[in-house]
Amino acid sequence: MRTSIAICCAVMLSAAAQAQQFQPQNPECIAPAAPGGGFDLTCRLTSRMLNETGLVGPSIRTTNLPGGIGAIAYNNIQAQRAADPNVIVAVSTGSWVNLAQGKFGRFNESDVRWLGAIGADYGVLAVRKDSRFKSLGDVVDALKKDPASVKVGAGGTVGSQDWMKPALVLKAAGVDPRKMRYLSYEGGGEAIGALIGGHIDLFPGDASEVRGQLEAGEIRLLATFSDKRLPGAFAEVPTAKEQGYDVQWPIVRGFYAPPKAPEASYAYWTGILAKLNADPRWQKARTEQGLFEFDMIGPDFDAFAKKRTADFRALAIEVGLAK
Amino acid sequence: MDALSALLTGFQVALTPLNLAVAFAGVALGTAIGALPGIGPINAVALLLPLCFALKLPPETALILLAGLYYGSGYGGRISSILLNIPGDPGLVMTTLDGYPLAKAGRGAAALAISGIGSFVGGTSAVILMTFLAVPLARLALSFGPADYVALMVLSFALLGTMGEGKAVKTWIAVALGLLLAMVGIDGGSGVERFTFGSLELLGGIDFTSLTIGLFAVAEILVLAEGMVSGVVSRTGDGARLSLKEIRYCMPAMLRATGIGFFLGVLPGTGASVASAMAYTAEKRISDKGTFGKGDMRGLAAPETADNAAQTASMVPMLALGIPGSGTTAVMLGAFMMYSITPGPLLFTQRPEVAWGLIASMYIGNLMLLVLNLPLVGLFARLLLVPAWILYPGILALSYAGVYAVSNSAFELIITTAIGVIAYVLRKVGIPLIPLLLAFVLARLLEDNFRRALSLSDGGYEILFSTPTSIILWVLALLAIAWPFVGQLQRGRAPTPSEI
Repeated sequence: MRTSIAICCAVMLSAAAQAQQFQPQNPECIAPAAPGGGFDLTCRLTSRMLNETGLVGPSIRTTNLPGGIGAIAYNNIQAQRAADPNVIVAVSTGSWVNLAQGKFGRFNESDVRWLGAIGADYGVLAVRKDSRFKSLGDVVDALKKDPASVKVGAGGTVGSQDWMKPALVLKAAGVDPRKMRYLSYEGGGEAIGALIGGHIDLFPGDASEVRGQLEAGEIRLLATFSDKRLPGAFAEVPTAKEQGYDVQWPIVRGFYAPPKAPEASYAYWTGILAKLNADPRWQKARTEQGLFEFDMIGPDFDAFAKKRTADFRALAIEVGLAK
Repeated sequence: MDALSALLTGFQVALTPLNLAVAFAGVALGTAIGALPGIGPINAVALLLPLCFALKLPPETALILLAGLYYGSGYGGRISSILLNIPGDPGLVMTTLDGYPLAKAGRGAAALAISGIGSFVGGTSAVILMTFLAVPLARLALSFGPADYVALMVLSFALLGTMGEGKAVKTWIAVALGLLLAMVGIDGGSGVERFTFGSLELLGGIDFTSLTIGLFAVAEILVLAEGMVSGVVSRTGDGARLSLKEIRYCMPAMLRATGIGFFLGVLPGTGASVASAMAYTAEKRISDKGTFGKGDMRGLAAPETADNAAQTASMVPMLALGIPGSGTTAVMLGAFMMYSITPGPLLFTQRPEVAWGLIASMYIGNLMLLVLNLPLVGLFARLLLVPAWILYPGILALSYAGVYAVSNSAFELIITTAIGVIAYVLRKVGIPLIPLLLAFVLARLLEDNFRRALSLSDGGYEILFSTPTSIILWVLALLAIAWPFVGQLQRGRAPTPSEI
């Protein structure tokens, strides 16, 4: 009798126990980009906060594995560390965009274990302070009349997420996104420079990268691509949805684990990420980074990652960027 | 607030014992990191950033450290360029042209000294310009449009012709190879992959540092190894020290190079490597009487001055407008954000202690670098006393460690080696490597801006001549091409093909 109770309890507690049993050895966060980029900041900030809050005891080191917005790291994990329980890899919406277009080699979105998101940035549509465009509607009208009359510029290639944002606006307006006049810059900073310098009309950037210019009154925002209005400096900016165009573009920042990572380590990492998202110290650090709340862990995040990638694939095929 | 009184408040921040110590640590570390091939300032800054947090440094102190590291690296890199003909960083390639011949003539210490002075002149002049004109200069830089960039790149290519030296065909082969290598990777304008052969590693293109290390360090060592086998390795004796007369002789070149370096540094996109290349080629166009490339002090002073002026100037758009002008300043912008300081036009009013403390520290840092570097030139020059069979393999190992530390990729090492072997063959058949590297640097800028310009004009070429700036630059480009002919006509004879 006692044995059977013990077994029963053991089964009931096994999931929780597994998570408790696993303790990472020499944990590592892979930033699939050069030092200083978004991935790098995600890794370094998260590692720092996980250690500072005591959620993870051993200090987490950040390794940079740059190449193809995560493609190199994605392949490296499959080939060399498929079962490593101690490693997590940073991921963002940009990775899914490229994954959807087959730029990650022969692997797809089912080949890793999605852990969770720790925050999100949101796409915004910026114009110069003295721009002729006063609302998203103005832009859409101009695009409908003559798509070539609006010069769009951003820090990614055609097909990248910075291109996708205005492409979705064009699609919502019933205009073929391929007719967009798009100028590709080296990074968002150069594109903001081109916007302020008057060389482009429209900058589909991210909230965190335009905040300084917004607060200084150099630029105006026509819309945020978020579900609800963003807080703080963005409170006055209407969402695209409010203006009748349901375009949403969260730039989710999160992590994945290798495909064959053991259940115990998956439970461990999802558990501590959930605790991190609930911790006020993290919430403060996240806000200071310009990131907004985006609490999605475990199976929800897994479903989200797969759904987003599938959506991007459909969009890429529709606009002729993928087969 | 008036610039001078603001600068004084800045000095109050920069002259606290902690910030002085940190500035010194930054520039000393920067010199050391610049001296190591493969690890450029961008990686050094990124790697040190977490340390700043671990030490709980206040934001202005952290930025003083990171900035010191950045402009300090401009002083350190010249050592291997001048003494060993191995530039560790793309911005230092032009330094080898006249620096190495000087070292071979036994004047390594003098060459190191003049490049240190050039770096000081360039760095300090740039800080002065930044102090008084940061915001208007940054605004001016933003008005520079795609058409202006195209004309600027054409001028750069026209000046590349000065590198020909009687072997125009081989120079153009080198340029074509550089352009070809620059095509590898995803094309920004269309998202299409070019010359990647299905390789994910090549999607991002060929890395600048790997190319520099392969072209110069690996190839140089292969040439030397061959020389060791056949017993002809050149050694350096102790030549004459740098004289005041020589410093005066270099001054006009340094001032011109400061102008070029500062201008190209402030422009987003063009950095220290373009600046030093343009400063060298322009100086050669202006003052060469057949001595450039054979150990002319001015040919060394010009690129070194421009390199440092550009590095400092690239911080102008970052500080004044929150727009990074180069890879390293983009990383520094990340540092601002980690300290929850919003970089942007309001930085000077909201956080004056950060902005002005940083600027003031750059005056101090440059002075420290000069004082730190000048007495050490003799010591650095003694590097050559190390037997070649230890020195060169050591440099090679450091270069590879640097490449790997940054990329964590064995593929990068293979690329570096392959480029090195190809470069060795190219040297054997007399194809110059510097035009190859410069073409690689310029190609991306030229192509991106050309396509931006044409998408603005809907394919019309008239946009390329649509602004006053672009027209001036086109005229300068024509002049750069016509100059040798004009010079020859003045001397009353037609140029022979070998002189073009």
